[in-house]
Amino acid sequence: MTIDWPILSFLVFSPLVGAAVLLAMPSQRMRLLRWTAIIATLLPLALAIVLYIDYDPSKPGTAYDEQATWISIPLDKTAIGGEATYDLHFDYSLSLDGLSLPLVLLTTIVASMAALASISIRKRWKSYYFWLLVLECGMLGVFLARDLLMFFIFFEITLIPMLFLVGIWGLFDRERAAIRFLLYNGLGSAIMLVVFVILVVTAGFSYEQTAAGMAHFGYSGSYDVIAANLSDPQAYANQFSQAGENPFYLSDTMQTVLFILLLIAFGIKLPIVPFHTWMLDVHKEAPAPVVMIHSGILLKMGAYGLIRFGFFLFPEQADKCSTLLAILGLINLLYGAVIAFRQTELRLVLAYSSLSHMGIVLLGLSALNEIGMQGAVFQLISHGLISALLFLLLGAFYERTSTTKLDELGGLARTMPFMAGALLAAGLASLGLPGLSGFVGELLSLLGVFDSHRVIASIAVVGIILTAVYVLRAVMGVSFGTMHPRFESVKDARFIEALPIVVLLALVVLLGIYPAFVTEQLHHSFDSMLQQLNLRVGG
Amino acid sequence: MAYERTLQSMTWADAGHMAPELILIAMMALLIIVDLVLPRRIDRSIIGWLSLASLIGSFVSVVWHIQDQADQSQESIALGLLNDNYRIDDFGAMFKLLLLTAAALIALWSLGSMKRGTRGQLDHQGEYYYLLLPATAGAMLMTSTGDLITLYTGLELLSISTYVLVGLRTKRDVALQAASSEEKVSAKPAEAAFKYVVTGGISSAFILFGMSYLYGLTGSTHVGEIGSMLTQTVDSFRGLIYMAFFFMIAGFGIKIAAAPFHAWAPDVYEGAPTPVSAFLAVISKAAAAAALFRLFYNLVFPESLSNGNTIGHDLFRAVLAVAACAMLVGTLSALRQHNMKRLLALSGVANAGYLIVPIGLSFYGAHSNNAAELFFYAAAYLFMNIGAFAVLSIVAGARDSESDDSVQLRTFEGLYHRAPWTASAMIIFVLSLAGLPISGGFFGKLFIMMGAASTHAYWLVAIMAGSSVISYYVYFGIVRQMFMRSSGDVSVHVPAASGTVVWLCAAATLVLGVYPNGLLHWFEHVFSVVNDLLVLRR
Repeated sequence: MTIDWPILSFLVFSPLVGAAVLLAMPSQRMRLLRWTAIIATLLPLALAIVLYIDYDPSKPGTAYDEQATWISIPLDKTAIGGEATYDLHFDYSLSLDGLSLPLVLLTTIVASMAALASISIRKRWKSYYFWLLVLECGMLGVFLARDLLMFFIFFEITLIPMLFLVGIWGLFDRERAAIRFLLYNGLGSAIMLVVFVILVVTAGFSYEQTAAGMAHFGYSGSYDVIAANLSDPQAYANQFSQAGENPFYLSDTMQTVLFILLLIAFGIKLPIVPFHTWMLDVHKEAPAPVVMIHSGILLKMGAYGLIRFGFFLFPEQADKCSTLLAILGLINLLYGAVIAFRQTELRLVLAYSSLSHMGIVLLGLSALNEIGMQGAVFQLISHGLISALLFLLLGAFYERTSTTKLDELGGLARTMPFMAGALLAAGLASLGLPGLSGFVGELLSLLGVFDSHRVIASIAVVGIILTAVYVLRAVMGVSFGTMHPRFESVKDARFIEALPIVVLLALVVLLGIYPAFVTEQLHHSFDSMLQQLNLRVGG
Repeated sequence: MAYERTLQSMTWADAGHMAPELILIAMMALLIIVDLVLPRRIDRSIIGWLSLASLIGSFVSVVWHIQDQADQSQESIALGLLNDNYRIDDFGAMFKLLLLTAAALIALWSLGSMKRGTRGQLDHQGEYYYLLLPATAGAMLMTSTGDLITLYTGLELLSISTYVLVGLRTKRDVALQAASSEEKVSAKPAEAAFKYVVTGGISSAFILFGMSYLYGLTGSTHVGEIGSMLTQTVDSFRGLIYMAFFFMIAGFGIKIAAAPFHAWAPDVYEGAPTPVSAFLAVISKAAAAAALFRLFYNLVFPESLSNGNTIGHDLFRAVLAVAACAMLVGTLSALRQHNMKRLLALSGVANAGYLIVPIGLSFYGAHSNNAAELFFYAAAYLFMNIGAFAVLSIVAGARDSESDDSVQLRTFEGLYHRAPWTASAMIIFVLSLAGLPISGGFFGKLFIMMGAASTHAYWLVAIMAGSSVISYYVYFGIVRQMFMRSSGDVSVHVPAASGTVVWLCAAATLVLGVYPNGLLHWFEHVFSVVNDLLVLRR
């Protein structure tokens, strides 16, 4: 590590600096506000790039670590008696590893691109950019926080800005979509909170003898402490005792329950099929730049949470449930693909496509081997870029044509060759054409699953074919065919729109031909988890 | 030392210890006379300022007392005056600080909001201000007594003062109502006052009835003594003991407005002047919760220590059942509520549920942190609730034609465009009420959930989390009106005093959310279960 100032804190809170500056500006100066916001998103982007270059995967976990005591509350000692200290401890703790790093970079890129794409916003610019920046802060925090409470708080911080961004700047039915978003995600985070609370008061408990001979008891919300306690057979959480003697014991059943609860909590965000309805509303009603962020990053938070808290903390339980996960992934993949084919609305085609692609992530995770999990994370990054690109284009089309119905759109390649070309490229990436990023993610995930769940992997291949069908149907329908006469005078992309298109497309191609860009960083992230799994399950 | 049955006489030193309450009572007497003597043309706000000053004076004397105790010895020993009729301990003192803070905020806000003399709003009335004092003193007495009789006295002092406060109306309103018997003039204040007197009477009767059983079984009104006697008599009188406590839970349940004993709250809050609604929502609730807390840990807890399935466990479970019921009923019935004051009343019902969870958790395993949980949540609730009520009265003030009790959810429409700062403050209160970070309400709930989880009451944790989610719909309905609608030609005037209260509450809510350490460290520093909560015979 070559940087000795708290770069992670700067990274997380740098969007807030921009937000504060925005607040001080007059609300009618649209241009000023827009450029301030764009510059404000470039700051975290620059920091993320610095981190990416500097991070050395051969020393995982230790490279970047920022810790400080945040909340330390003394608890009443009557129950434990004697001379001791007893407290509840939450740290301010940020840390970076190979799993967070690509997602952080993705976040900053998509956020910048979304800020650029926000020229389509027509009202209340100041509040809009303010919430956008707060949202970015929340997302970055989620990927970097290593304390359960911090993670939860950042997770919740993303809810409020999204509520406003959808509810104020969305389309016709925006308020309903916003409230629905809040309720579903609120439910998800409430379940997550229940799990976290139970984890803190059981696995978070530790006892130590301080130097002065005083005993110190404490609950800790630190991810590392909890992870260590859960995997340590000597820890209180794993000490079986007769009824009531050890209040910190987490039985096997309880651990499975916690894992399932986490699966539901993050499954709502991901989303896994029965919980996906809120996400369609958001895709349908939110303004395009917000959907870029939503589909590009927020859904990924669900997968990230599942990996970080579900798989890393409970590898055994994940192993037990791996068939279930694979089946859920398969359902997501096929259901999304089939329904996407039936849609007449481009927004919904893309929404179901997101659902379908998240199925591949689940499949990759269910493999529980290095290649599958790398594939899943790669798929997260790749889909984040592709869907951001697709929704960017969709927003640009919508601005010009005021419709996203497939039967009204058509032949747009004639008047907008550049954007139509980009749409085709994004579509091809989405269906997994070799040489583009989508291919790598799908290939690695399916390879991984093929090792553990052969039948399911074989069926999943059908999903890939379906993807090709619906993507081509939608893209071809928009670009070619007969054009509605009223679209004859529309113009192709302006520079400020072309810039994010080019950047995103370039990244999609780069990842397609040089996947090591991500996988190299990921290399060591799953080591400890898989090791532990092998140790306990025995292969 | 043997227990002496003779009544100790009161000394001057004792009077010094009782200064916080005595200041309030003396000032009340003084202000009554001032109100009588002052010529009619003089604005009564002077009485308001004087009662605010006496609340602050009382606050200072409590703080001074805590410091004084802390200086004298490492472990502050509680004093029991008049056979523990009046206890000077840190449990009482800490809650008194909360009650006084709340009362002072309410008095300050009233000074701002009552100038307009619109319908349904109080003018500056001497009665209003000097009745705040005995009500607060009664609440304080409830938190610092070790004797059932004194507890009941405090309760009645609080109740009777608030009966009057709820029924207060402007002279203009009374005149209007006398002139026309049409339903033009709202009958709500009268209805509210009457309802409150009746339910309040029932509540007192329940509590007193329960107490009488306890006295009958043990021959004492001293809570420590009853506690130790109950463990001996429990086997022969199980049914009677259940009866006694169920009646008391119901009686306090009405005071705390915890479902299923909450039906009066929406009506009364709606009809009462808004500051009085806030007073009921915060001070009555907090005082009753603190009193119930002390009662349970003195009367029930010793018995629950014995092995097996004891009455104590059942009673603690009964409190948890009431808590769960209150959380669910409060949030669910708020879903379809459009009247803001009723909505806040129902939110208060749900919050009452959270508030009494620490009472019902008992001590289990390594968990004995209940008092801090109750205290912190009461503090967070104080600020968010008074803040929300104050914003409501500011918004209502914008529409001169309407009174507070008819403020609908729609009245908040486009508030962000009309009064951006007030709307921003309201967001903080909404976040806190809904239990979202970063706010005192979030941390309070988290803290209580931790407690519930560490006693393995996972079902309760689930109910707490679930009812929070349902409440998002309720509270974000307000946000939706404020930020997502653009109407509101009516400009909002924020009186300086009300604005100050709103911002004090908002700041406190934020501070409690970001840095809960401060308050909790202090609480842990001064409070100890054995010395301050339990009323043991020495």
